[in-house]
Amino acid sequence: MALFRAESLAVTYSSSRGPVKALEGMDATLGQGEFLSVLGPSGCGKSTLLKVVAGLLKPSAGSVMLGGAPITGPRPDVGIVFQQPTLLPWQNALDNVLLPVRTLGLDLQAGREKAAALMRLVGLEKFSAHYPSELSGGMQQRVGIARSLVHDPALLLMDEPFAALDAMTREHMMMELQRIWMAAGKSVLFITHSIPEAVFLSDRIAVLSERPGRTIRELEIDLPRPRTLDTMADRRFADYCNELRSLFAAQFSDPVPHQVPHQ
Amino acid sequence: MNDKVKSVLYPLATFVVLVALWEIAIRAFKVPNFILPTPYAVLEALQRGYIEGLFWKHFFFTLQSMVFGYVFGCTLAFILGCLFAESKTVEQMFLPFVVALQSMPKVALAPLIIVWFGFGLESKIVMVALVCFFPMFINTAVGLRQTNPALIDLMHAFSASRWHILTRIKIPSAAGHIFAGLQISVVLGLIGAVVAEFVSSTRGLGHLISAAAVNLETNTMFAALISLAALGVAGSLAIRFLHARIVFWDKATATQTAATE
Ligand SMILES: Nc1ncnc2c1ncn2[C@@H]1O[C@H](COP(=O)(O)OP(=O)(O)O)[C@@H](O)[C@H]1O
Ligand SMILES: [Mg+2]
Repeated sequence: MALFRAESLAVTYSSSRGPVKALEGMDATLGQGEFLSVLGPSGCGKSTLLKVVAGLLKPSAGSVMLGGAPITGPRPDVGIVFQQPTLLPWQNALDNVLLPVRTLGLDLQAGREKAAALMRLVGLEKFSAHYPSELSGGMQQRVGIARSLVHDPALLLMDEPFAALDAMTREHMMMELQRIWMAAGKSVLFITHSIPEAVFLSDRIAVLSERPGRTIRELEIDLPRPRTLDTMADRRFADYCNELRSLFAAQFSDPVPHQVPHQ
Repeated sequence: MNDKVKSVLYPLATFVVLVALWEIAIRAFKVPNFILPTPYAVLEALQRGYIEGLFWKHFFFTLQSMVFGYVFGCTLAFILGCLFAESKTVEQMFLPFVVALQSMPKVALAPLIIVWFGFGLESKIVMVALVCFFPMFINTAVGLRQTNPALIDLMHAFSASRWHILTRIKIPSAAGHIFAGLQISVVLGLIGAVVAEFVSSTRGLGHLISAAAVNLETNTMFAALISLAALGVAGSLAIRFLHARIVFWDKATATQTAATE
């Protein structure tokens, strides 16, 4: 059974210049323990989708189900990682990881142990007492990942978490995330506009069109795990990337892409 | 010589040179004492004032109006700033008036405040509070509004209450702005105190200056000015110290004071 399912999801913002359709006809399914990427160009409504799933935004149409129930508001079984680390600069790394525990009023003693274990998992056990300003961008993002897991959520939402990092750190973080995901065994909804990132990390990719975002393709990535740097040199990896790239190319040349050509 | 020693020695050298130029100018151009007193005469006035004790009551009067007015004005500004930033309705109701009041020179209200609150300490406290209010109010409201929206989303995702988000996330996030407001208010508050004393008072360093002016006692005026400068510097340093201590993570704004409009 699917953990998360969005069907014909639509979101319209009202702005001073009239209504803005951010999503329209977006479908996605995420199975238990699965890694799903939502791939689409900038401004196609990816962050909007994340806000809907996090219960921060009501959809204007369609349905979103999480764990068999419709999403009606924020719920504690979801963890979020943003593009920016968004840590509290006045708290050290460990206290930042504990933020969900404190906010949700969970048991602090158990939380501390969990947080320490997660700091180890993200490879920052020596940096627990460091403040965010003393950590590099990649380290801050890893603290953010530890924070998103500390309350043991069923679903992890990640909104372009590596987009603000430099290229080398980004590749390293991809490996790290795969390792963390395989160790933590969480279902992940990963948002990105990077094709290689999506192919490398995902079990499945939902491809969104230009705004308003609509699912134009769902693609299964059948590459063995754990994937390594060698995977990226693999023939099939390149094929997947090309297939996705041509999807976007077709879309940009055709303003109303009704049918997506298959290769 | 390291930078620390330099940072003490260089201003000291400038000071000595300026005082020497001051003394030389008076001798060279034969400037009469009632126009410009000699450095020595000023020192004498300071000594007389603070050792014989004539200045202390004025000093404490100004200090008192400053401290009470500052605390009162800044506290009120902080609370109203929070309300303003938290509620769109409050903002829409009061924004035009805030802008209008802000653009008005507050010191112009001094005579009116004397009429309402009398010649004593109360009117001075009200005046100081009034001029302290706006920089603190604006900085609080702007600082709170600039809280990282992703952080607020995150807290909403954990169903955190509005109060929780305000006190645990927004106010710490705004701390740099709030301290910049406190810093500006120190200086403005002192101006407010002096202006109110100019308008009508029987005490205070501002009163001392206007009283000395009548008798052309420029050395007393200089001594009072130096006292005011010392008050201002001490206040600023105290706020800067607290800023660096409390907002320890805010390395950027701790060393610079942000401007308000
Ligand atoms: N609060 C809002 N009000 C009006 N329009 C918005 C709002 N948030 C986002 N949008 C618009 O909706 C579209 C999708 O935004 P977003 O979900 O952030 O895209 P993405 O994350 O894919 O870059 C964009 O065109 C954006 O300008
Ligand atoms: Mg986005």
